[in-house]
Amino acid sequence: MKGSSWHSVDNAARTATPSLLTLALAIVGQLPFSLPGQAGVTPYFVLMAVYYWALHRPDLLPGLVVFLLGLLQDALEGEPFGVNAFVLVAVYWFVISQQRFFRGKHFLVVWSGFAVAALMAGLARWLLVSLLMGRLIAPWALTFEFFLTVALYPVLTLAFTLAHKTLPRSEMGDFMD
Amino acid sequence: MLRSRPVRLMRASMSFRHAAHRSSLTLLLLLSVAIMLIGKADPTLYERTRMAVTDMATPVLDVLSRPVAAGAEMIESIGQVASVHAENQALREENKRLRRWRAVAQGLESENTRLREMLNFAPPAEASFITGRVISDSGGAFLRSILVNVGSSSGVRKGVAAVDNAGLIGRVAEVGTWSSRVLLITDLNSRIPVLVGESRERAILAGDNTDRPRLDYLPPAISIAPGDLVITSGHGGAFPAGLPVGIVLRTDDNELRVQPFLSPQRLEIVRLMDFGLTGVLQDQEIQAGGSRKGL
Repeated sequence: MKGSSWHSVDNAARTATPSLLTLALAIVGQLPFSLPGQAGVTPYFVLMAVYYWALHRPDLLPGLVVFLLGLLQDALEGEPFGVNAFVLVAVYWFVISQQRFFRGKHFLVVWSGFAVAALMAGLARWLLVSLLMGRLIAPWALTFEFFLTVALYPVLTLAFTLAHKTLPRSEMGDFMD
Repeated sequence: MLRSRPVRLMRASMSFRHAAHRSSLTLLLLLSVAIMLIGKADPTLYERTRMAVTDMATPVLDVLSRPVAAGAEMIESIGQVASVHAENQALREENKRLRRWRAVAQGLESENTRLREMLNFAPPAEASFITGRVISDSGGAFLRSILVNVGSSSGVRKGVAAVDNAGLIGRVAEVGTWSSRVLLITDLNSRIPVLVGESRERAILAGDNTDRPRLDYLPPAISIAPGDLVITSGHGGAFPAGLPVGIVLRTDDNELRVQPFLSPQRLEIVRLMDFGLTGVLQDQEIQAGGSRKGL
C-alpha cells in the first residue's frame, strides 16, 4: 500500500517534469546573464522546451500549460500581453501536426525543424509587437536571439533527453532521438 | 472480425481526441489574440496583473540572479587581475585630484547656500534614495528594461529616476509590491529632455532599442560636437536637472547620437531617486501637490 502510494507520487512528479522544466526555463531566461555586446538578448529557452516536448511527449505538456507559460513570459519580459502565448501555442500546434514527419528522423532533421519553428516564432513576435506598439522595431536583436536559440537547441536537447528517460511511457508510444 | 471493432473504436476515439485537441488549440490562439487586442485598447489594464506575476517571480529571480551576478563578476575580475597595479596607480591619482575638487565643492556649496539665503531662493527638493539589485534584464529583443528587487513596499513610485554610479539609466515604468520595472534610456519608448554641451542646447534623448539613443528636436545650426556632455534638463518635471546621461558621438553615417554612461552588462545595483517630482505622468497630482506646498 505504502509502496503504491509512493509510486503514484513519484509518477505524478515525473509526469509534471516537462511542464516544470519549461517553467524553470521561462524564469532562467529572465536572469541577467551579461553577454558582452548584447545586453538583454537571451535565447528563447521556452521555445526549445515547447518544441522538444510537443514533439516527444505532447501528452505531458498540454496546450493550456503552453498558453499559461506564454502569458508568464509576456509578464516577465514586459512584452505586450498575449504575444508569447500566441506564438508558443502556434509553434506547439505546428510541431504536433508535423509529429509524424519527424518521427524516427535524424537529429539534424529535427534541428532544422526547430530552426524553421524558431524563424516563424521570431517573425510572428516581431510582427505582433511592431503592430501592437505601432512602429517597426529594429530586427537586429531578434536576429541575434534567433541564432543563439538555434545554436543552443542541441545542448538543451541533451538535458531534455536525460529528463525524458526518467518519464513513464506514454500510452500512445513515444520516441527519442 | 472480432478484433476489428475495438480497433475501429480506438481509431474513432483517437480522431475525436484529435478534433477536440485542435479546437482547444484554436480556442487558445483566439484567446491570445483577444488578450492582445484588449491590451492594445487599454495598455494600463494588464499593468497590475503583470506586476503581480513579476512579484511572485521576484523571490526566485532574486535568489537565482545572485550566483549569475557572482559568476559574471568572477569572470570580469579574472580579466582585471593583470591590470590591478596600473589601475591602482590611476585611482590614487584620481583620488588626489578628487580630494582637491571636494575642497572646492565644499567651498562652493557654502557660498551657494549663503547666496541662496540672500536671494530667498527655493532650493529643489532633496532626493531620497532607494537602492535595489537588478534581478532580471528581461525584455529580450523588443524592450530595454530591467527588474529591480524593490517595489512599493520600499517606497518606490512610478516615474522616479533610476541611476547607477555613472549616471541616469532610466525611469521606473511599473511598480509592484516587491519589484519594479525600470525602462532604460535606450528603450524604444524612452523620451528624456536633455541639455547638450556647454551651450546647453535643449533636445530630446530618444531611445530606439539600440545601444546609442538619438538626439531629437535639436534646433538647427547648433554647435554640438562629439564629446559634449549630455545631462537631464529637468523639463517636464519627471526628472531632476543635471543628471549625467552620456556623451555626444558621431556615428559612421554622420549622425549625432549619444553614448550613454549606462552599460547594461554591468548593471547590478541601481538607485531609484525620488525627488518628489511627479512629472508628466500625473499632471493633476503636480498641481495638487504644488498648491499644497505653496510653490
